[in-house]
Parts: sequence; C-alpha cells; structure tokens
Amino acid sequence: MENPPVTDFATDWDHTDPAWVHDPYPIWDDLRQRCPVAHTDRYGGAWFPATHAGVSAVAQDTEHFTSRTVVLGNGRPLEDAPPAPIGVAPPITSDPPFHTIARRLILPAFAPGPVRALEPRVRELCRRLLDDLGDATEFDAATQYAQFIPPGVIVRMLGFPEADEDMFRDFIHVVLEGVNHPVEERIEEFAPIEAYITAQIEDHRAHPRDDLTSYLLGVEVGGQPLAPEHVFGTIILVLIAGIDTTWSAIGSALWHLASHPDDLARLREDPDLMPIAIEEFLRFYAPVTMARLVKRDVEFLGCPMREDDWVLLGFPAANRDPAVFPDADRFVIDRLENRHLAFGLGIHRCAGSNLARMEMRVALEEFLARYPHVELTDPEAVTWSQGQVRGPRRLPVRVASA
Amino acid sequence: MKVTIDAARCQGHGRCFNLAPDVFGFDELGNGVVLVASPPDDRAERLARLAQVNCPEHAIDIEE
Repeated sequence: MENPPVTDFATDWDHTDPAWVHDPYPIWDDLRQRCPVAHTDRYGGAWFPATHAGVSAVAQDTEHFTSRTVVLGNGRPLEDAPPAPIGVAPPITSDPPFHTIARRLILPAFAPGPVRALEPRVRELCRRLLDDLGDATEFDAATQYAQFIPPGVIVRMLGFPEADEDMFRDFIHVVLEGVNHPVEERIEEFAPIEAYITAQIEDHRAHPRDDLTSYLLGVEVGGQPLAPEHVFGTIILVLIAGIDTTWSAIGSALWHLASHPDDLARLREDPDLMPIAIEEFLRFYAPVTMARLVKRDVEFLGCPMREDDWVLLGFPAANRDPAVFPDADRFVIDRLENRHLAFGLGIHRCAGSNLARMEMRVALEEFLARYPHVELTDPEAVTWSQGQVRGPRRLPVRVASA
Repeated sequence: MKVTIDAARCQGHGRCFNLAPDVFGFDELGNGVVLVASPPDDRAERLARLAQVNCPEHAIDIEE
C-alpha cells in the first residue's frame, strides 16, 4: 500500500515516499537550504527539521514535546491505550519524571561492563553464521549475515527461546515498516506477538532465571514491583529498538565497504581504525529516526506547531548538516571530530548504544577476517527499508577470502 | 589542564571513555566520569580534547 506521490517535500513530505526511501540525502540537503523545517498535512500534520540545530532543539525539549509515541503513523492510536505516564514501551515512550525512574532501571544492563561480557558470545555467533555460509562466494550479506546477529543477542538477553528469533524479525517488520497501514490493521498485526510475550513473561514469573526478563519481574521501585504493562512494554522496547536498528547499521557498513574498495583496504590494513570508522558509519548511515508529538500549541523553530502535530526527528539528516560537519556528504573513514546524533540526544539517548557499537565492531571484524575482499554483485539489486529505521534489506555480495 | 564532566548534561553516550580511556571511565549506569582530572602527558591531553569535541551533549569542560 502506498501513499499518494509527493510533489514538494517542503510542504507535503512523506518519509514512506519511494524517492525518500531510495535516497533521502538530496531531499534533506534541499530542505536544509529552503526551509529548514518542512511540513506536511499527511499523518494528521507533521514537521521535519532538517538541520542539526533544529533536531537538537526538539530532542532536548521535553517541555513542548512528548515521547508518548515515537513511531509516526496514521492517527494517534495510543492516546487512551497506555496507562499514563508509562507509555507503551518505557522508557522510550515515557516523559519525565516517570522516564527518569524507568531509564535508571534498565541502564545498568546496557552499561559497558555487561556489554563487554557479552562480546565473546556475539563473536561466536558471527563466526557460526560465517561458517554456515560454507564455500559460497555469493550471498546476501543483509539477510544471510547481518540480519541474524542482533536477534541472537537480544533473545539471549531476554532469556527467550533461541528458536524464536525469526518470529521477532517478522514482528519488527510489522511495527516499523507498516506505518502507513490503517490503525485497525496495525492492532490486528500486533496481536500474536502480544500473546507470545505475555506467555514468556508468565513462564519467567513461574521459573525465574538470570536474564533481563526475570530482572524486570523482580526489581522494585519504592518497595513495589513494576506494573505488568511496564514489564511488557520494556520487553517490547528491547525487541524493537535492539534488532532492526543494529541489523541496519551492520548492513549499511557492509554495503559501504562492498562499494568503496579504498575504505575496505584501509580498514584491512589498519584494524585499529575500526572504532573511529564505526562512528563515521554511524554518522553517515545513521539508521534511526524518532518522532515526538507536540504537547500544546507553540511557536517553535519559527513554526506554528499545534497540539498533537508530529515532529519527525531526523538524526540521519542532522548528521549530514554542513554547518556542523565539514564535507558532510563525504564519508571520511578517519573523521576524528564527529559529534554525530546517530543515538539521539538528551534524556532519550539510545540506551543500547554500547551494545550496538560492540555488535557492529564484532560483526565487521569477523566478516573482514573471513572475507578480506567483498564487492556488490549487483548495485541495482540492493533495496532499503522504509519507515524510521533505514538499512539495506537486500545486499547481494561477492566475497573472496584472499 | 583540568578536565570535568557536567553530570547534569551527560547522557552516557560513551564517546569520552572510548576515545580517552586513561582519562575517562563510567559509572554503573554507563555515564561518563573523570578518572584523571589532570592528564599526565601530551597524548592523554590530546585524547581528552578529542573526547570533548565528540561529546554530543557538550558535557565535557577543559580548563587549560
């Protein structure tokens, strides 16, 4: 299902338009020069700041913008559903002061120490995936490699059966890419996964173990256990935020290396460059765009924003702003000064950023160790996801081990 | 040189302790903390400055 085509992105933008999905960067460059805040009447009214300064101002302002919903879609489906102030997926859908409590609860699980402890398992997973490719010299690096890494990690963290990884990918696809489906359809699409997670929670309640689900069931705030919808919502958040995003980041990095032999050679010759290169992958191919709702009528960034208007927070657009990044549209693998916003900004900074970086580094290290040479077999066959998470969904490559 | 982190601004992006692990560490939430307020050599000073210009929240202050 497609929305009507866009004729002018400044006044009628749509992030599901094929032109935006295929190559949004020239559109954003144009908006940055012309607007720099674009508007659309679609989705019940929405704004799109295209500059680093505009995106930052909205991200840092929790007085005028609520995170009640962060995925822009038709209608405002969640107004009566979630018990305020928790939101459907705390803490990403929570506002202060509840947000502060909900975020503190989960941050320790994603702090550098626990993430380092996970690294050997991620490395083993990557090696096994590469082993599974056998002697193949042509395969899809998105669907046969990158796609399997984050679900493997997240399912282990939550303590869900590893055999169910495939189901999560389908579920996430529904949530993130079905944004232009009607609300009733969205609710129907959501039902099976809701039943599955509820069953997993009950199983953990009956048989506690050492994982994130059991932690959420056992933790107390002010002497009280978390509300059931809080536990459920945080699990939803970890699934949605932890899988498609990192898959996309790994896929984009592989796409870049397969189409830029100079950068591939540079990384091969200087592996110590990897952490710096990862920040540039994150800047240049930032996978995640967030959304906010306007709390009440306000003049902001020179725009007459009305209550319940959406604001699409284009971190990927902010990362291409030449006012902040010299040669913003050029990928500079050893860019040392790189204040990118790939993980957002302010109180909703991606809680999983340490985990995402580790997964990216290990996934790329293991891939390049196995295949020092990689190239696209057919650049035209590469497809990109639509919605608020951007990454390659088809990535046919040819590899050589020496 | 004297390095400080504004805890009210830090959101735990982790850029400082990844770029300059001799100068910055982290607490149990993953927020940045200063380990060595006066970096002992040129290399550490250079990395502390690099961390400052990469902090997305502008939370690092350096007094020369």
